[in-house]
Amino acid sequence: MQDKPTPSDLLAAVAHYLRDQLLPTLTAHHAFQLRVSCNALDLVARQIAQEPAADAAEIERLTMLLGHGGALAELNAELSRKIADGDLTLETPGLADHLWTTTLAKLAVDQPQYGPYRHEATRQQ
Amino acid sequence: MSLTGRATPAALLRVLEREWEGAIQQHDTDKSPFPDRLLAVVRKFAPDVERLDKVVRLSGGASQETWSLVAMRARGPERMILRRAPAGVPVVEKIDLETEAALMQAAERAGVPSPHVHYVIRPEDDFGRGFLMSHVDGEALGRKIVRDEQFAAIRPKLARQAGEILAAIHAIDPACLPNLPRIKPREEIETMFENYRRWSEPRPVFELAFRWARERMPDESAKPRLVHGDFRNGNMLITPQGVSAVLDWELAHIGDPMRDLGWICTASWRFSVIDKPVGGFGQREDLMAGYEAAGGGRVDPEVLKFWELVGSMRWGVMCMGMGFRAKQSDRPVELSMIGRRTSENEIDLMRLLAPRGA
Repeated sequence: MQDKPTPSDLLAAVAHYLRDQLLPTLTAHHAFQLRVSCNALDLVARQIAQEPAADAAEIERLTMLLGHGGALAELNAELSRKIADGDLTLETPGLADHLWTTTLAKLAVDQPQYGPYRHEATRQQ
Repeated sequence: MSLTGRATPAALLRVLEREWEGAIQQHDTDKSPFPDRLLAVVRKFAPDVERLDKVVRLSGGASQETWSLVAMRARGPERMILRRAPAGVPVVEKIDLETEAALMQAAERAGVPSPHVHYVIRPEDDFGRGFLMSHVDGEALGRKIVRDEQFAAIRPKLARQAGEILAAIHAIDPACLPNLPRIKPREEIETMFENYRRWSEPRPVFELAFRWARERMPDESAKPRLVHGDFRNGNMLITPQGVSAVLDWELAHIGDPMRDLGWICTASWRFSVIDKPVGGFGQREDLMAGYEAAGGGRVDPEVLKFWELVGSMRWGVMCMGMGFRAKQSDRPVELSMIGRRTSENEIDLMRLLAPRGA
């Protein structure tokens, strides 16, 4: 077990320094790249916080859909194959719900400000 | 000449074709100052120009430049725009600048709001390749067009205008145009599929979308038309009176005209105004009505949906390509973050393929 501060706290501290202290001193080109970098740090912080629970739930749903467990990447590859082959379709019970839940979990990390995500996430509550 | 930021389809295509990263050298043979050489070219079509003012580079990648300038003419100052590829720089756009100029001239003749092309640069000008055109007033930034108060009154009319403009573009006889690439829907889908498989781990939502699209391929026997290729909010200049110019012809080709109608409806170009499917400013019904009224023919809503969905797939696959390329880029953070925007297209695809009810 590692000591505190946690990775999330460290990332937040770094992002704070870059945004509030370094950014105002930069040229336009570097200011743009730094803003993107800060967004990347925020994304990483969200992923650290959300990924374990989201991945566990995704594996559980995939195990139900495919009838067996396994590593997440392999289960996703198998699901992709079965969709491509037409073995699983939107009529398959649970598939649409699974894809929706998985997609919303991705957006919650990748781009929580994206309009369609905000719309769909609000509706879910 | 779009000023809409870096992550545009044309810009991303250039990155995917390894253009931005291959350090490009300028090899102009004439070393005299740029404004003097520019003035000499401007005088070829406007001999009364005394001098140039405010010569400013607006944007552009390494291979293409866009400049703004003010020509001081006998009758007063006149703003102009130069699109140029310096000599010695390989032109890797989808179409070359001479073709782009010819398309803008054809569009203007067809009644499409368009800058006027003053002059196409000739080899003997020793000024690279490109053309000079009139400056047109208007806003190109999509997020301003969908939100700013000054456009509130015109916004409800823009979808119909876009439909009318597309009908005029699609009515241009391809026989009157320079040679353009021919893109067939099935070939485009299969190229996208190969790129997806190359650039990404398996993605269930994209597999579903590819299967859906392949089962609904549009009829390819229809007569191919001139397709703008990047007709969307961000590539039109808008004033409070309406569309003042259509820009960015560099992805033009001969193909299925419905592709243009689908692309302007694609969710990525709504700037988060999700209840206005046409560019974040209007409704599909108005787009289709304008298109039909202007002689474009009847629009099948199912075909429109096909191209809207393919638009999200196209943009999504481009984002995957950015993520794939990030490590070899000199802008790895930026490209990585564009890669992580692929999921935006997945939620847009889900909203089309499996909407969750009202």
